[in-house]
Amino acid sequence: MEALAKSDFLAKGEESAKPLVLWRPTAKTGLLSWLTTVDHKRIGFLYGISGLFFFIFGGIEALLIRIQLAVPNNTFLTSAQYSEMFTMHGTTMIFLVVMPIGAAFFNFIMPLQIGARDVAFPRLNAFSFWTFLVGAIIVNLGWFMKDGAPDAGWFGYAPLTTRTFSPTHAIDMWVMGLQLLGVASIAAALNFIVTIINLRAPGMTMMRLPVFTWMTLFTSFLIILSFPAITIALVEIMMDRLFGTNFFEVSNGGLPILWQHLFWIFGHPEVYILILPAMGIISEILPTFARKPLFGYPIVVFSGASIGFLGFGVWSHHMFTTGMGTTATAAFALMTMAIAVPTGVKIFNWIGTLWGGHLSMRTPMMFAIGFLWMFMIGGLSGIMHAAAPADAQQHGSYFIVAHFHYVLIGGSLFALFAGIHYWFPLMFGRRVSEFWGKMAFWLVFIGFNVTFFPMHFLGLEGMPRRTFTYDANMGWNTGNFWSTVGAFILAVGVAIYFSTMVYTYFRGERTTKDPWDGRTLEWSLPNPPPEYNFQVLPTVHARDGWWYEKRHRDEVAREAAEHAKAEDSHGGIHMPFQSIYPFCASLGILIGAIGVAVINPANPALYPGFWGPKIAVTILGGAIMFVSVVLWSLEGNEGYHIHLNKDGSIRGEDAHAGHAPGGH
Amino acid sequence: MSSTAAAATIDHHHDPTTSTGISNKKLLMWAFLASDCMFFGCLISTHLIYRLHPPPGTLPAKEVFSIELTSFSTFILLMSSLMMALAVNAIQKGNLKSLRWSLLTTILFGCIFLGCQVYEFRNFVFEKHLTITNSILGTTFFTLTGTHGLHVLIGVIWLSGMLIYSFTGRLAERDSIDVEMMGLYWHFVDIVWIVIFTAVYLLEYL
Repeated sequence: MEALAKSDFLAKGEESAKPLVLWRPTAKTGLLSWLTTVDHKRIGFLYGISGLFFFIFGGIEALLIRIQLAVPNNTFLTSAQYSEMFTMHGTTMIFLVVMPIGAAFFNFIMPLQIGARDVAFPRLNAFSFWTFLVGAIIVNLGWFMKDGAPDAGWFGYAPLTTRTFSPTHAIDMWVMGLQLLGVASIAAALNFIVTIINLRAPGMTMMRLPVFTWMTLFTSFLIILSFPAITIALVEIMMDRLFGTNFFEVSNGGLPILWQHLFWIFGHPEVYILILPAMGIISEILPTFARKPLFGYPIVVFSGASIGFLGFGVWSHHMFTTGMGTTATAAFALMTMAIAVPTGVKIFNWIGTLWGGHLSMRTPMMFAIGFLWMFMIGGLSGIMHAAAPADAQQHGSYFIVAHFHYVLIGGSLFALFAGIHYWFPLMFGRRVSEFWGKMAFWLVFIGFNVTFFPMHFLGLEGMPRRTFTYDANMGWNTGNFWSTVGAFILAVGVAIYFSTMVYTYFRGERTTKDPWDGRTLEWSLPNPPPEYNFQVLPTVHARDGWWYEKRHRDEVAREAAEHAKAEDSHGGIHMPFQSIYPFCASLGILIGAIGVAVINPANPALYPGFWGPKIAVTILGGAIMFVSVVLWSLEGNEGYHIHLNKDGSIRGEDAHAGHAPGGH
Repeated sequence: MSSTAAAATIDHHHDPTTSTGISNKKLLMWAFLASDCMFFGCLISTHLIYRLHPPPGTLPAKEVFSIELTSFSTFILLMSSLMMALAVNAIQKGNLKSLRWSLLTTILFGCIFLGCQVYEFRNFVFEKHLTITNSILGTTFFTLTGTHGLHVLIGVIWLSGMLIYSFTGRLAERDSIDVEMMGLYWHFVDIVWIVIFTAVYLLEYL
């Protein structure tokens, strides 16, 4: 305890066991530097790039779906291919696009907003990313195999996913991949929770946290509490498939409805996992471009908390038509209506933020206001589903498709686009062209509405979801045709958006620090931010800390000078060492997962007894993971110190291996 | 805990440790245990739901279980929690000798529990003909208690690592937080077992 009370920086003289370090990677550029990175900004960048890569995948799947549905009785895709398309479109967009792009912002922006130099567990953070990538690979592996891609819907309802009805490895890979994505998300979320609670800069009290950071915290809690439900459901289906257990085997007493309950106990909080980060981004952008503080900050924060809390009590509204009984249905209908209240409160707060502000209509602001409007439409059709009798009519129809695309594209994606545009100058030091930004916005906005608004009518006219074609005499021709036209407009808009981003990354106009005249601490940094983030850890005096700093320069400069002196006398800025072990551990997981999900069980004629390629590969993967984790722990959580010149350039590094702050 | 009170809170005259004074590792473990609660919650719910819908011809659980054996192993596991608490106390006082004995006893008790479980599983499969595939009871019972057993096994491996490190000098008083974190995990696994013992075993004898 005495040892703990001492600062880690002061504990230089203390005896400490020599860590077992086989290899200390130091590359700052090149492939190795990326494989061994523990820098939250680089990991955020990796998440973002992966998310955008899979966005192309998911987008192509969506376009193929729309081409197939453009005209009645189309034969562009077979029904089997169509099933793969909608399954992988949903799985990709939710788990491999919106979540990782959200995680990219959590990683890149959140530590900067709270005035931290990294997340609490940098190597765990790297592990989260690599495991996410492994999960993404496993889920998509089927495209390259004769078994084909998963085709049982993103919800994977049992017993459709049992061995009897889906005998190929496609579902094994989906089940395995989703479990790994769950592990990755939980590990990342645990890290963010500890970071936000423990690594806040001096003076950054909880009620001074930027709203995006608050939403990161709530989202992380939702992740750690909801992902176990789907993981257990997936474990159960995996046991059924691999070992012949009876969880969903009706003939032996299994109840498939259990899958639906477990899945939606995860699935509904997941909806908020997708939208809360978006709400956080919007709560940053609106005040910046309305040039006034967020209206009703505490109310916005507590609405976020109550959305997260109520989000666990509404899952059965996905199951109104399963015959749960009147009491359960009524209770879940009531809860669903209740959750609309804090959401509505937030919308009023955002409107209140705009009210009377000096609106500066830059591209991020356009997307943010687009979000407000489109998300509201999605929210209103959502309340319609809360009424169970009405939902019985809408269930499984295109009305639902219209609803959740309004909240997921008009909501989440608009906000993520706004966020990418907003933080781009900070991340890369270049400014995105306003002309092309606005052009992309209008094409995305128009394309999105042309695609999804007709789906409301198609749904009310009875067009079912997940059906690969329809007859010409159903009255659905016009709506579907326009929907497909809209999808292509949307695709062009998205293509322009990302081409602009890529162009700006390489050739864009260089920008100065704080180009939007921002309010939160990340804008106090030069762009792109240096690896150590803050030259001197900031002291926060108010909400919108950077806004305060800009208006109290003398006071802040005086403080900063004192802190810089104090910090240098304590040994300088602590940086964690890079490490290859998180990557190795994830590699082991990849090999093990291939063993479990991809390789066929051994032919008993060739391999008598227990051993066979499947078992061998699985054990090999597990062993690689175990050894990596052991080496990871033996390596210790140490780091080195850097010393800076006044202008922020690195004066020197010292190789002293001190423990990470707070990580003892 | 005494170790946290000493850690610096918001004080910029010192190097930053944590904002709350709680160490990062401990907070990580608490958050993980919250998550783990949900894992076990889902498995236990699965068992309880399926328990209410036994298909015709199911072997009654009472005829399978041996409550005497399970009560014994439960008692042993609870005692291991006591030894774990003593281990945390020992390292906080810097008493390595006492730490080693406490860790060793905890590991031993954990192994006895696992041994009982292996015996129980073998007995159920070979004597009582309850397997993971032949009935819904077998499916939920083996999955749930097996998952718990896996948690105990991970704990035993982790504790063994600590015991070895306490001899090589890698684990000393400065690392008491590591033992404390392990202790949180171990107590949690015990508490979960109390719930499982009640919901899976005792419930059948009501």
